[in-house]
Amino acid sequence: MSGAKWDVAVIGAGPAGLAAAIAANKAGARVCLVERESRPGGILKQCIHDGFGLVRFGQKLSGPEYAWRDIQLAKERGIKLFTDTFLLELEAREEGFVLTLQNSEQAVFQIVTRALVAATGCRERSARQVFIHGQRPAGVYTAGTVQRLINIGGHLPGKNCVILGSGDIGLIMARRLTLEGAKVQGVYEIKAEPSGLTRNIVQCLEDYNIPLHLGATVTKVHGSERVEAVTISQVDENLRALPGTEEYVPCDTLVLSVGLIPENDMLLPLGVQIDPRTGGPAVDQLMATGQAGLYSCGNALHVNDLVDYVSESGEIAGSSAARFSLGKPDRPCHLPVIPQGDIQYVVPQKLDIAAGGQAVLYFRSARTIANASLEISAGGQVLLQKKYKAVRPPEMERIVLDLALLPPGTEELSLNLRG
Amino acid sequence: MEKMLVCIQCPQGCKLTVSHSGEGVSVTGNKCPRGASYAQQELINPCRTLTTTVRTAFVDFPLLPVRTLGEIPLKSVFGAMGEISRLVVKKRLRPGDVVLEKLYNTDVALIATDDMTMGEKYAKGSEDYGRDGILS
Ligand SMILES: Cc1cc2nc3c(=O)[nH]c(=O)nc-3n(C[C@H](O)[C@H](O)[C@H](O)COP(=O)(O)OP(=O)(O)OC[C@H]3O[C@@H](n4cnc5c(N)ncnc54)[C@H](O)[C@@H]3O)c2cc1C
Repeated sequence: MSGAKWDVAVIGAGPAGLAAAIAANKAGARVCLVERESRPGGILKQCIHDGFGLVRFGQKLSGPEYAWRDIQLAKERGIKLFTDTFLLELEAREEGFVLTLQNSEQAVFQIVTRALVAATGCRERSARQVFIHGQRPAGVYTAGTVQRLINIGGHLPGKNCVILGSGDIGLIMARRLTLEGAKVQGVYEIKAEPSGLTRNIVQCLEDYNIPLHLGATVTKVHGSERVEAVTISQVDENLRALPGTEEYVPCDTLVLSVGLIPENDMLLPLGVQIDPRTGGPAVDQLMATGQAGLYSCGNALHVNDLVDYVSESGEIAGSSAARFSLGKPDRPCHLPVIPQGDIQYVVPQKLDIAAGGQAVLYFRSARTIANASLEISAGGQVLLQKKYKAVRPPEMERIVLDLALLPPGTEELSLNLRG
Repeated sequence: MEKMLVCIQCPQGCKLTVSHSGEGVSVTGNKCPRGASYAQQELINPCRTLTTTVRTAFVDFPLLPVRTLGEIPLKSVFGAMGEISRLVVKKRLRPGDVVLEKLYNTDVALIATDDMTMGEKYAKGSEDYGRDGILS
């Protein structure tokens, strides 16, 4: 009952999936891309602001322009794209992965693929996940939903807004709402420092005189039909609301920019190991998960701040998937990558030393540190050292390691970040 | 006199110190030349790229994302938004196509940043009902 056979199937046609599909196609694989929306481009379709592509193209492009370059490439290469197509079920069998898909043209159908790249992006943390309770009046939105409503639908969701969380999307939306004529009362961040990039604090808040309140959070939403106001409280060093600091701020809209979570629900039935630090699958430098033939990339792997690195991880995943499908891959030989000191997480979580070559390592610091130093060591030997003027949790760092540097008999590699 | 600025030319966000004495302006803390020119400009007349959307005449692609091809003065941003709100795009544009040659008292063009030919109706081959001319 199984349908068409593919070498590589890619789920999600955002920048990660597009890059993966193009790389797999270049490597000679027969590739298809499965996308649930009606157009490729992923979240970039709604990110109309500029600042994408500095690393990859040396230009400040808007999100749609960045995606368009890859969409054109994918078209030129004749890569099969299923749009408006939902993945219903995923099953690993002897012959490969069986994907049960649904769309309006073919109803429910199946495809079989030797290798699979999961490039499903991330979702936003919602009100329930940040413990805002109340009567659930209309007017509480995530920043990404506001972005979609304004930039794709042309609807202004409110006129008088409070933004909770200082993530980049929230900062970008503070500016966007202001430009479209809404009043943004302020951005409230529970932590002592903003979680977005400094340049966004400058060009999205300071340019428009939007206040940023640190160490403060929303503790109550007022209103039954529609949001009427929020209560803001200052917090202590344990992020607990301080009694007596409550402030009543009238507004009709509360925008949440409180973090992103990698989207991997479809992989769970396969028993893929998820790294609790990243929320994505644990992979090696080829983006291979523990399940043979299954690769992960982009925001599904870990939440990226720069799309350029999303594309890079997609390229790696796509070419690895093609190699798996077309060749006889060497048996992987894995050693763990151990984060130490002030490292929040490292991707990849393990290295396949049989693959050789170079490994791209992405990491984030657990806290802001001035004059930090990174040490990569294995078998008691320091392989690489790097100094940083400053590391900040919102800014992902990237470092390339030549695996030839590993001493023979290495059992683990550690990354240690210190102040 | 000294002034502290954060460079917004790229995600690095260099912390710049701008000092101006009699002879001119000196900039430190920048990791690349763009930081220096940014700081100079910031003192005289802060300029930004404006990104927004323009209404279109196509139901399957009701809003076209656009940006300014260069930077415009920050103080002209709301005026520019007002001008943009009165535009309606009546032709299917693609990234880089000019929507408006000169935006709001500047010499800076407004360009499309998305591909309207990817709209559903167009992609599925139905009639394009755009008339001559890009704008109404
Ligand atoms: C609201 C928002 C704003 C952002 N703003 C910026 C920014 O300003 N600058 C920046 O560099 N980065 C930004 N990011 C990060 C941005 O997401 C990444 O840079 C990049 O777009 C992630 O690419 P991706 O391909 O991994 O995921 P996405 O772009 O999210 O693409 C995932 C694709 O998978 C599809 N999909 C998911 N599940 C399924 C399924 N079961 N079946 C079929 N298809 C599926 C989705 O429809 C989507 O098209 C933002 C992220 C969000 C969420």
